[in-house]
Amino acid sequence: MDMVFLSRLQFAATTIFHFFFVPISIGLVFIIAIMESFYVKTGNEEYKKMAKFWGKLFLINFVIGIVTGILQEFQFGMNWSNYSRFVGDVFGAPLAVEALLAFFMESTFIGLWIFGWDRLSKKVHLLCIWLTALGTTISAFWILAANSFMQHPVGFELNNGRAEMNDFFALITNGQVLVEFPHTVFAAFATGAFLVTGISAYKILRKQEIDFFKKSFQIGITVALISTFLVLVAGHAQAQYLVETQPMKMAASEGLWETSEDPAPWTVVANIDVEKKENSAEVKIPYLLSILSYNTLDGSVKGMNELQAEYVQQYGEGDYIPPVKTTFWSFRIMVAAGVAMILLAIYGVYLGWKKKLVSKPNKWFYRMMVAGISLPIIANTSGWIMTEIGRQPWTVFGLMTTEDSISPSVSAGQVLFSIISFCTIYTILGVIMVYLFVKVIKKGPYMMEKEDTKINNDPFAKEGFHA
Amino acid sequence: MLELNTLWFILVAVLFIGFFFLEGFDFGVGMSTQLLAKNDLERRILINSIGPFWDANEVWLITAGGAMFAAFPHWYATMFSGFYTPLVVVLLALIVRATGFELRAKDNHPAWKKAWDICIFLGSLLPPLLFGVVFACFMQGLPIDKNMELNAGFFDIVNYYTLTGGLTVLVLCLVHGLVFTTLRTVGDLQDRARNMAQKLLPLLGVLLTLFSALTYIKTDIFKERGLILSFIFSLGVIAFVVGGFFISRKMDSWAFGMTGSVIAFSFISIFIGLFPRVMVSSISDTFSLTIHNAASGHYSLKVMTIVALTLLPFVLGYQVWSYYVFRKRITEKSHLEY
Repeated sequence: MDMVFLSRLQFAATTIFHFFFVPISIGLVFIIAIMESFYVKTGNEEYKKMAKFWGKLFLINFVIGIVTGILQEFQFGMNWSNYSRFVGDVFGAPLAVEALLAFFMESTFIGLWIFGWDRLSKKVHLLCIWLTALGTTISAFWILAANSFMQHPVGFELNNGRAEMNDFFALITNGQVLVEFPHTVFAAFATGAFLVTGISAYKILRKQEIDFFKKSFQIGITVALISTFLVLVAGHAQAQYLVETQPMKMAASEGLWETSEDPAPWTVVANIDVEKKENSAEVKIPYLLSILSYNTLDGSVKGMNELQAEYVQQYGEGDYIPPVKTTFWSFRIMVAAGVAMILLAIYGVYLGWKKKLVSKPNKWFYRMMVAGISLPIIANTSGWIMTEIGRQPWTVFGLMTTEDSISPSVSAGQVLFSIISFCTIYTILGVIMVYLFVKVIKKGPYMMEKEDTKINNDPFAKEGFHA
Repeated sequence: MLELNTLWFILVAVLFIGFFFLEGFDFGVGMSTQLLAKNDLERRILINSIGPFWDANEVWLITAGGAMFAAFPHWYATMFSGFYTPLVVVLLALIVRATGFELRAKDNHPAWKKAWDICIFLGSLLPPLLFGVVFACFMQGLPIDKNMELNAGFFDIVNYYTLTGGLTVLVLCLVHGLVFTTLRTVGDLQDRARNMAQKLLPLLGVLLTLFSALTYIKTDIFKERGLILSFIFSLGVIAFVVGGFFISRKMDSWAFGMTGSVIAFSFISIFIGLFPRVMVSSISDTFSLTIHNAASGHYSLKVMTIVALTLLPFVLGYQVWSYYVFRKRITEKSHLEY
């Protein structure tokens, strides 16, 4: 089988799976930190219970994020050794900083947080969760700085056929990372927030521990609204940056074969024919693409055919058009999920503000919030698919193609073995995680606490041995 | 002045040594959950004794990988692609081991616990074994060609020399973990851990001697750096003997320092023996990867040096603090999170 295909398949599978858990971790730990802050400030035990309950879910999720993350770092060298040789100088640096600055921080302080409830003062314990949250967010910055180099390479020069860093500051102030980082991190906050609100909605629907989950819902929905709104703002900035730096990705995400008219309309849906390079059944909103791209009511956007001709001139013969349908639809799925999130969050905040969260049964709304847990996950995944597929055929835009990036010394059989092993273990982990989530949620915060105390006080009871 | 390439070689070495010192006892404790613990409660005590630490200890490996990637991209690329299959196994092992620690106590079903127990055991046994094999391979030499590509056959990687290396690291971690257990537990469990460590010492001594002798015969590292290696070797022997003495006298923290020293001296020897090479080519000396032909540009190394030297003190500081916070021994009465 084809090595490039297999390597890409493995990268896609491991990275998408990893990124189910990462945003949940980043968002959830931030919300837990807020809850514990309320506890330290007010002394209200309920907030402590909240931090512990959501912390339980966080830890299950966090460990899967960690173990799938080690793989992320290893697989560049394992499956993409040519790429690693070519960019290690620039790309390796942010990864090393990420480990040194962020991974040590989050792993040490989460350990202190889990085991430190009775050993640390309230304030120091609170500091530990904030440092964990900070660690996860810093980690996001560095890995996105590395990714941004692939989207828009800066701060390097080509020497002996390798990209060598010559400006670290340029690398970490890459215009790309300045828009990609807020977009991704606020999306992660939203992911955590929708998880909290969704689970709370489920418990409110079942009329269990209503007060506890109403409070959780309030905190969650506030974070959800603010962060979803900021995702939108950052996403808009990102689109404008895209027009400048990766116009081909922009054109592909719009299914725009020919350069658009001026002002440019936005295509809502279209039936794309990649063979004939044309679309049918297009539904368009006038002016909107001009507004999205330039914040003005005029300006045209370059189409793929024109860009292809330009790239052939610049980079030599080749097909520089990414998989158009995937790029087009993943973008629309992301946007649709995002819009749904905003609407749900606005309505949720409105209900809370009117103090109607529980007084009036809002069954349909709560049911939608439960389903809403999946929205940010869908948006995160499709957003990354758009970003990475839309960059094809490049791994580093304009410098190195995906085809040239693979490991020459690894055989297809080896990759097949690893894909099968990783995917099997990921499937098992996915099932286990859902099972445990459901279990913890069903039990709820009060049962959980009871069990914990029982085990602690009476270790020689039957439960002590078997728990 | 110290050349940056050399400094980064030292830093990568320090990160790996830190990893084997710290995660080494985690691996040992992980293996003890099957070899030492008699019941579920003891298993839980063992796991909880490394509870707050194992995650951060594993980050030493991730940081070592990141530092290799940044400072010696060719070393990183050749090693990780060349040892593809062993690393897949290491990754699988680390995945199931960590999830085992975290999830084992989340359900009471016996089959659930049994499954995670197997994961924790194998996940703690395979990585030190395979890393031992990989580091033995570094010294033994592997068919690295002129493009720095490593196309190793099965027996290049797995042979009696590398397996001896793997077993040595495995038993070393086990003894280190048992001695760590004597520091973190009380009573019967503590005594049994000490006894088992003591019983394993002769085996460890034989393995260390055998591996050193084989290294002397099969590789060129003693020819390259005979003098200094003999010196470190002697220090290692002293640490081993003194460690044995401390274990028999129940001077546990001193013993822990000594088993840690044996680990450190072993890996220091490997890195000194390799220097200035990082991976030896069996095809031609000129194809060996060195701290020069595998390295990043000067600018990268300089920036990374500033970053690393600024951050490391903080990292070490809060890690030490974390060990200080959790200095109390784990007993049946402790809060067992895992």
